[in-house]
This record gives sequence, structure tokens and C-alpha cells, in this order.
Amino acid sequence: MSKSIPSQPILQVENLKIYFPIRRGFWGKQVGEVKAVDDISFAIEKGKTLGLVGESGCGKTTTGKGILRVYQPTSGRIYYKGTDIAEMSKAQIRPFRRQLQLIFQDPYGSLDPRQSVQAILTEAITTDRQRHSAAQIKARIEELLQAVELDLSMSDRYPHEMSGGQRQRVGIARALACDPELIVCDEPVSALDVSIQAQIINLLKKLQHSRGLTYLFVAHDLTVVYHIADVIAVMYLGKIVELMDAKDIYANPLHPYTKALLSAVPITDYAVERQRKRIILKGEVPSPINAPAGCPFHPRCRFATETCQQAMPKLTAVGGGHQVACHNLKQVTD
Amino acid sequence: MEQRRVLEVKNLKTSFFTPTGEVKAVDDVSYHLHEQEIIAIVGESGCGKSVTQMSVLQLIQSPPGKILGGQILFEGKNLLDYAPKSQEMRRIRGAGIAMIFQEPMTSLNPVYTIGEQLTEVIRTHTKCSRKDAWQIGVAALEAVGIPDAQERMRNYPFQMSGGMVQRVLTATAIACRSKIIIADEPTTALDVTTQAQVMELLLSLVEKYKTSIIVVTHNLGLVTRYSHRVYVMYAGKIIEAGATEDILMHPWHPYTRGLLECVPNLTEDKERELVPIQGAPPRLQNLPPGCAFKPRCTCVSGLCRDEFPTLRRIGPNEHWVACHLDAEVSQA
Repeated sequence: MSKSIPSQPILQVENLKIYFPIRRGFWGKQVGEVKAVDDISFAIEKGKTLGLVGESGCGKTTTGKGILRVYQPTSGRIYYKGTDIAEMSKAQIRPFRRQLQLIFQDPYGSLDPRQSVQAILTEAITTDRQRHSAAQIKARIEELLQAVELDLSMSDRYPHEMSGGQRQRVGIARALACDPELIVCDEPVSALDVSIQAQIINLLKKLQHSRGLTYLFVAHDLTVVYHIADVIAVMYLGKIVELMDAKDIYANPLHPYTKALLSAVPITDYAVERQRKRIILKGEVPSPINAPAGCPFHPRCRFATETCQQAMPKLTAVGGGHQVACHNLKQVTD
Repeated sequence: MEQRRVLEVKNLKTSFFTPTGEVKAVDDVSYHLHEQEIIAIVGESGCGKSVTQMSVLQLIQSPPGKILGGQILFEGKNLLDYAPKSQEMRRIRGAGIAMIFQEPMTSLNPVYTIGEQLTEVIRTHTKCSRKDAWQIGVAALEAVGIPDAQERMRNYPFQMSGGMVQRVLTATAIACRSKIIIADEPTTALDVTTQAQVMELLLSLVEKYKTSIIVVTHNLGLVTRYSHRVYVMYAGKIIEAGATEDILMHPWHPYTRGLLECVPNLTEDKERELVPIQGAPPRLQNLPPGCAFKPRCTCVSGLCRDEFPTLRRIGPNEHWVACHLDAEVSQA
């Protein structure tokens, strides 16, 4: 894989680990830990979208929030434009906060019900601790509302007066308020109706083009991620098991888990869907508290061998920027 | 294809009377279900798909809700002849028609074990001893693929995952030998791989126990994969109905076509721009006359403004659509 990367990636994550301690008893003795994110590495180039997919509890949201330093990484490096922000103090990280923003999943819970749209956006605009005249703020709010295709009359509304799609647009406007470069989108469309989902996806794409935004797009819906992402990382129990160009996920999935995940997603193309083979996984995702040794997927994998029970396979390049972590690639692909 | 109809709903109307006006949640809806068939009721939130199913079991809270008219024919009887709290209705719920609700976690009582809740249902519907009911319960849990069924009977709902609770609910339906299972968004709260497990389970019931299933969903993918026939609902009305193949390959109504075009698909070019349906679903209070979809429709004609299009049959198959589109052409 000697693909020359013309520019330095805007975000580079190396060996990121985020563990949460489990404490018991009066003295809060640590009795274990949840390895929510366990040694993952990836990079995103400027203006591109990396999609993180996986099932609930696989650590995809924790990864997104860890990068924003909502959670403190246990170890590992997070380079944002070449600067390691993983271990910065609160004061040091503050100037970066404006450039790294977050769009939440739940458009109902993420907006303060007692603030009007105007108040929500004003708060975000004025976080830079600069002086803004009332006219400047008003102009900026208008600009933001236009950017997210909301009517200007919306600025006096409160969240309960708006539909889910409109609320999500406000959430996006709020994220845009401080001119960020990287936005972590945490399941931004999962709570919306299908006809509204497409509106928001199109909006996010449009904003990316016009503003040169970089997205880390976290979602469980493979079809949405396929549509919006340039690169897709599939996570399972805190680890990235496959990383590939988005086009490859349907054309050339390699990891047994990716294959199963893909086959579990029904396709709306009737002719194709009725012909497809289905791989039904047995059992459930194990708890990350005592994750299985070796490859985390081995208890549910059809191809598991003894090696899989002992050693965690490393992410290995297989060409074309495609990386897979599996011991038995040969058998799987045959 | 002469199949027996196990359930037939005719001209069902359910409204909610709110301080701000009447909400016609279900407005003149008719559909039927054949033996060993899976049908899907598709629509976005607030289109009345769940209320329709709740009306079938008379689970509408009254007031504010009221079933205003129609017929629900099940085993030769009109269920609307029975009072909601009557003995007959109680017997039908569970033994005749079982419902699996949207959020599995909130459908079970958190302070009773799975076993207590399962045996209670079984003993309500069949005359048997506690011991027998326990055995039937264990067998039902095994049938839905729960390992260590004996142990699991003693568990509380919080000790299980979402997918497992969903299976427990399905097990209740099996244990009572329900003829019809209504699954209301059976997969929305679940992960994709678990979704597939639950749907395959429902599919196996159709073969094993000759169950008929109504799946209420907004997920067109599920529809494509599992259902035989589809009803598309919008603003309390069925706007298109037919065999899954007809609906998905040759959708007629602009709303159905819109729904299919706005979902991303893994088989197509990922650079295709999604075509969203403009606007948002209407509020059902005081709907204006004419077609409810007209403010979002791309092909409105004069007729759409004044007159609600009635369902008409198009093509040789049982493909029905409620749209004025091409009406002049087809009538000419």
C-alpha cells in the first residue's frame, strides 16, 4: 500500500483506547473495566467522510466522543492537523473545541426546550468570547438558517414547535456556528422518518461541498453510511475489523462480520433482494466487560479456528486501501 | 389463488377527539390477511399504521379515541360487536390475535419474572395447571431459540437483551397458538443482525404453526425481504396496495415512488443524489379536502385539490392505488 497521500490527514488516530472502570463497593474499588474502544487507528483526509458502522455497544459513539475529548482517552494519540490533542489540558484544548463539533442523534433531547432557535444559535456564536454587535449576531443567525435551509421565521420558535427534521437542522446550524472543520455526526438521521432522512443527508453533503467540512459519520445503518461516506470502518466490540473504500463494502466485503452485517441489511431492490443469500448470525454481541480472548468475533464466526481463540488478528492491508483483521481470509473468501 | 381470509378489515374508522379538533387517525381503511401470509403495512410515523392495528384489538383508549365504524371480521365474527372489555375480546387478544409491541422492553412488567408473565398468559387462555403452563412456556422459549430456557424463565426482563425480550414476546404468541401475530415495528429497537434473527423467526412460524403475520413498519427493506403483500398508508388512509413485487417494481402513487427514491440502496451508485420528499407529513387535525399528499406531491392536478382519490385497481393483478394521476388517461 504505497499510495502517496498528497496532504496530511486532518485527523489521525493512533492506537486509541478508551476504557471505563467498573467500580464496586463503598470505597469504589475498581473491579474491572469496559474496553469500549480497544486499540483502533484510522485517518481522515480533509473534506472527506469516514463512516463508522457497527451494532450498539461496539464503541462507535465512544470513538466519536473520544476524539472530541468528551471522554478522556485511556491511551493513544489523536492528531488533529498534526497536533496531538489526546492529552491536552482543558485550557489547551479550548481553542480546538470550536473546530471540532458534534451533531447529536436525538433532535429532541439535544436542544434546550426553554431556548428559542435564536437563543440556541446566539449561544453557539458567542462562545468565542469576542464582542459581537446585535446586528452581527442577527446577520450570522440568518446566514446559518439559510445554510441549513430553514425559514428565517423559525428563529423565534422553540424546539417543541418544530418537527424532528427541523430540529435536526437547528442542531446542524448550531454545529456550524463556530465554523468547524471537523464534525462528528453521531447517528444524525436514525431518529428521523425515511422521507426526512434523505433531506438531512443531502443537506450534510451539500454543506460538506460548500464549506469543505470533514465528517466522522457514526451510524448503524449501513445503507446511509454507504451513501455518505468515502471510507468505511466496521467496528465490532471496540475494534475495527475492516476498513475500506465505501464502494467496496457491497462489492467486496472480506471480514465474516462485515459479510453477515451486509446480508442482514435488506435491500429495497426487489429483484436483487429475493435472490440474496442470507447469513444469519447466531447469538448476540458479547459484553465488552469480558470480551472473548483472541478475535472478538470468533464465538459467532463460521470460520473460527484455534488461532482465532488465542490471538487478535491485526488489521492487514489487502490492497487498494482495504484493511481487514482476520486470520482466515483465504477460507472466508473462497 | 383462492386463499382463505383469516382477517378482514372493512372501512375501519378511528378518530381521536382532542381539544384542537378531531384527528382522523384511521380513515376508511380496508385490508385483509390470508392464511400463512405475511403482509406489511408501511408508512411514516403518524400515518395511522399502529392505530389501525390497535383498533383491530380494540386497544384504543377511550376517550379520547373512538372507533367510529367499520367491520373487523375474524373467524366469522365481527370483533366490533364485542365491547373492548368483554370476555370474548379478552379471549381473542392473545389466543386469536397476538400483538408484539414496538418497544419490547416496555411491554413486559419489570417486577415479574419472564416465567411468571408467560405462565399467566398461558393460563388465561388454556385451562391447565401451573406446572403444565410452565412446561409450555419453556417449550415456547426453546421454540424461539432462547438457550437455557429453564433458567431464563426465572430471569427478569432487565436481565435480557432487546432481541431476547422480543423473542419472549413472540414466545407468548406461540404458547397461546395465536392464529395471527401483529408485529408493530418489530425491529426498530434492535440491531441489524438481531433484526434479521427476529424476522427469520417470524418467518419460521408461518411455516411451522401456519400463523399469519401483519408487520407494521417504516423499513422498506424488511418489506422487500419478507412480505407477500404491502399496504402503503399516508395520513390515515391506504393509498396503495398490492403484491410486494408490484409495489416495489412498479410503484404508482407518487408517495410510494418518493419513499423508494429517498432511501439509499447498497446496489446502486453511491453518488446518486437522494430525492427526498419535500415537506413533512401533514397534521391530521382538520385535514383539508382533496388528497392529503398534494402539498408534497410532484404531479398535482386540479382534481387533487377538491376530491380525495378513491382506491382503484390498476393492471391485471390486485394492485390498487388511490391517486388521480393518469385517471383521465386510463378512463379514456
